[in-house]
Amino acid sequence: MSAATHSDLSQRPAIHYLNHEKGLWSWLTTVDHKRIGIMYAIVVALFFLVGGIFATLVRVELSAPGETIMGQDSYNQAFTLHAVIMVFLVIIPAVPGILGNFVLPIQIGAKDVAFPRLNLASWYIFMAGAVLAICGWLVVGKVDTGWTFYTPYSSEASDAVLWMTSAVFVAGFASIFTGINFVVTVHKMRAPGMTWNRLPLFVWAIYATAIVQVLATPVIGITMVLLFLEKFMQIGIFDPALGGDPVLFQHFFWFYSHPAVYIMILPAMGIISDLMGTFSRQQVQGYTFIALSSVAIAFLGFLVWGHHMFVAGQSAISSIIFSMLTFLIGIPTGIKVFNWVGTMYKGSVWLQTPMLYALMFLFLFTIGGFTGIMVGVLATDVHLHDTYFVVAHFHYVMMGGALIALIGGMHYWWPKITGKMYNETLGRIAALLVFVGFNLTFFTQFILGSRGMPRRYHDYELLLEQFPEFAPLHFASSIGSWILAAGLFLILFYGIHSLLRGKPASQNPWGAVTLEWTHTTTPPDPHNFHHTPLVTRGPYDFHLADDVFGPFHTGDGAGDGVGEVTEAPKPEEA
Amino acid sequence: MADSTTVTVAAAPEAHAHHPPHLHHHFVSSEQQFDAAKLGMWLFLITEVLLFSGMFVAYTVYRVWHPEVFADASQLLDWRLGALNTIVLLASSFTVALSIHFAQKDEKEKVVVLLLLTLLCAAAFMVVKYFEYSGKFAHGVFPGAGYAPFGEDHGLNYADFDFPYAPQFFSIYFVMTGIHGFHVLIGMGLFTWLVTRVIRGHFSAEYYTPIELTGLYWHLVDIIWIFLFPLLYLI
Repeated sequence: MSAATHSDLSQRPAIHYLNHEKGLWSWLTTVDHKRIGIMYAIVVALFFLVGGIFATLVRVELSAPGETIMGQDSYNQAFTLHAVIMVFLVIIPAVPGILGNFVLPIQIGAKDVAFPRLNLASWYIFMAGAVLAICGWLVVGKVDTGWTFYTPYSSEASDAVLWMTSAVFVAGFASIFTGINFVVTVHKMRAPGMTWNRLPLFVWAIYATAIVQVLATPVIGITMVLLFLEKFMQIGIFDPALGGDPVLFQHFFWFYSHPAVYIMILPAMGIISDLMGTFSRQQVQGYTFIALSSVAIAFLGFLVWGHHMFVAGQSAISSIIFSMLTFLIGIPTGIKVFNWVGTMYKGSVWLQTPMLYALMFLFLFTIGGFTGIMVGVLATDVHLHDTYFVVAHFHYVMMGGALIALIGGMHYWWPKITGKMYNETLGRIAALLVFVGFNLTFFTQFILGSRGMPRRYHDYELLLEQFPEFAPLHFASSIGSWILAAGLFLILFYGIHSLLRGKPASQNPWGAVTLEWTHTTTPPDPHNFHHTPLVTRGPYDFHLADDVFGPFHTGDGAGDGVGEVTEAPKPEEA
Repeated sequence: MADSTTVTVAAAPEAHAHHPPHLHHHFVSSEQQFDAAKLGMWLFLITEVLLFSGMFVAYTVYRVWHPEVFADASQLLDWRLGALNTIVLLASSFTVALSIHFAQKDEKEKVVVLLLLTLLCAAAFMVVKYFEYSGKFAHGVFPGAGYAPFGEDHGLNYADFDFPYAPQFFSIYFVMTGIHGFHVLIGMGLFTWLVTRVIRGHFSAEYYTPIELTGLYWHLVDIIWIFLFPLLYLI
């Protein structure tokens, strides 16, 4: 690949994956991993909007003591739907479905995933699950169990719970099939020369995620089947009134749902690794450690589910063991954070919007991680369990970690996916709003939780006599949620603007050196590559800039000259 | 890079001659496609194992809590029928393995016969299961809340089996064998589909992936039964 192709807009292809077939039908029947990625992007964005609206409603209700906009019943449904939608229909499918689909096959030099038709089937199965969830909510009745569906309440509550559990069961299959597809793709579809230690770290992360998806998801499947049968025929496995054991349900549920949080966070970590390398213009420090720590997290993630049940009546010995195993997760996670920071050290850090989100991730995820250790400590957890401290902790990890990385990754790959640049200035303003709004929303919840504010309460008026500070803290948290919402709507706005009016992007606007930037056009060819790439270097070999960008590159290998801020720093000579 | 360029140029006019119809465009070779399919199937089988593992855990938990209930209640299950079904399934695993063998040797008629034999065994399994289930239902042995045993059969007074946690045992029995039976039904569908494809000449010694994968699936269904039979009928 010569230098000219990288930032030369005249090299844009006439035929690419977006226009080689036209019409809605060509999209609904496509087996192209890139188009399926976009189909995931559209539905996930819609559900993110719906889930976000529920979150905002919850915060509006809590902005002042007493009933603000809804009663307790509506409140219970609002937080349940917020959680079910965000967990099962947004965060779990988001990164693997959108970016994993679009980016992973290109990053390893493949024409497609191993099973393209299965890939399309996954999307339809996911949609079927989503339809079941929506039917359950809109048609059948109220779902107010929380996303955890704990028995015995869930086996006695309204029939809509049946629909929800079926939705989780069905959507689980989409997750399983995606996972199978990615594991096989990484094993069997790599281009010549793409050895395991030349895989981009995003690929390593999706690979580790896929293993967790394959191993954990069937367990939630059977759990949902058993819960369904419990409600349908009273089989007496989970319902204490029939001789069943509700704690067994919790074990089953968390055996999936704890690994599931790594399904949510591992791909995010992969995005951050790629962003750190590209925008620091350096080899990612500790490549092997970051790659294998993903696998270590995937493995350890299966051994810690009991830390959700410290006060649920499991034995003291189990609690102690689960607590100690939980601390172990901190090691591979710490290795990653340490290496990301090290990657920036003496690098030429380029603060474009994606990198702002990567930095944001470092702050927010680290806070989320440390507070995770805090609630993993038995004695503190007894105090903090079921308080806003836990709520704040997992929002720092899930939103501040997974979703912030997703947003950063979407900005990073946006030019490649759409062929358009977005407005950099608005991108930075939105990033600031998101950062400020997020911290105002959730840091206050750490304080609320540590003072004893219980989660899932629709009102706190009666608590104010003893804890007058709850009112201003809740109010501040609600203000934060509105700032956060403003930031996210701003992203939506300039995203749509970019699609309609955005300036065309060059092949490699960021001067990245992974295959999707160096070996494909923007937007990519329907078959990704004109010739299967022969890989001769690692994914972050910025010290080989001459080889990658050609001997006449302008010195930065970056910038289209189309964005407002394209003064890219020179990569450091090795 | 240079290699792929030359290959593309040289092969372009006769690309179809080098391109067997079963090979999808995104694979380089039939071997790659076969290996990918097989790895994918193994991963799917792992998910199946984990799906059943949830039920095995439920079985284990309730057995450890109420060992005497499991010992007593399992008397209502007829180990002879269970053993018969075990033999039937083992035989079907053998026939499906042979069918793959003959698919590799391109002996179409034998493949058809063996697949039909496998289908027959699967059907026999379901027939036996049907008689077992209906025998239970006839005496009020239902899963869950419907459990109300009555009557007498094979010298056993069913009413004696109405003790605490017996419903749990039969819930577990019906759920595990029910989901296993569902897998057998899926397998029957797959074998029917395979037979029609073999007759239409879709497979050859070069390409028999669906037979191989269905065979793998069928072995798993067999293995799960091998665990279910002693756990539910014998101990």
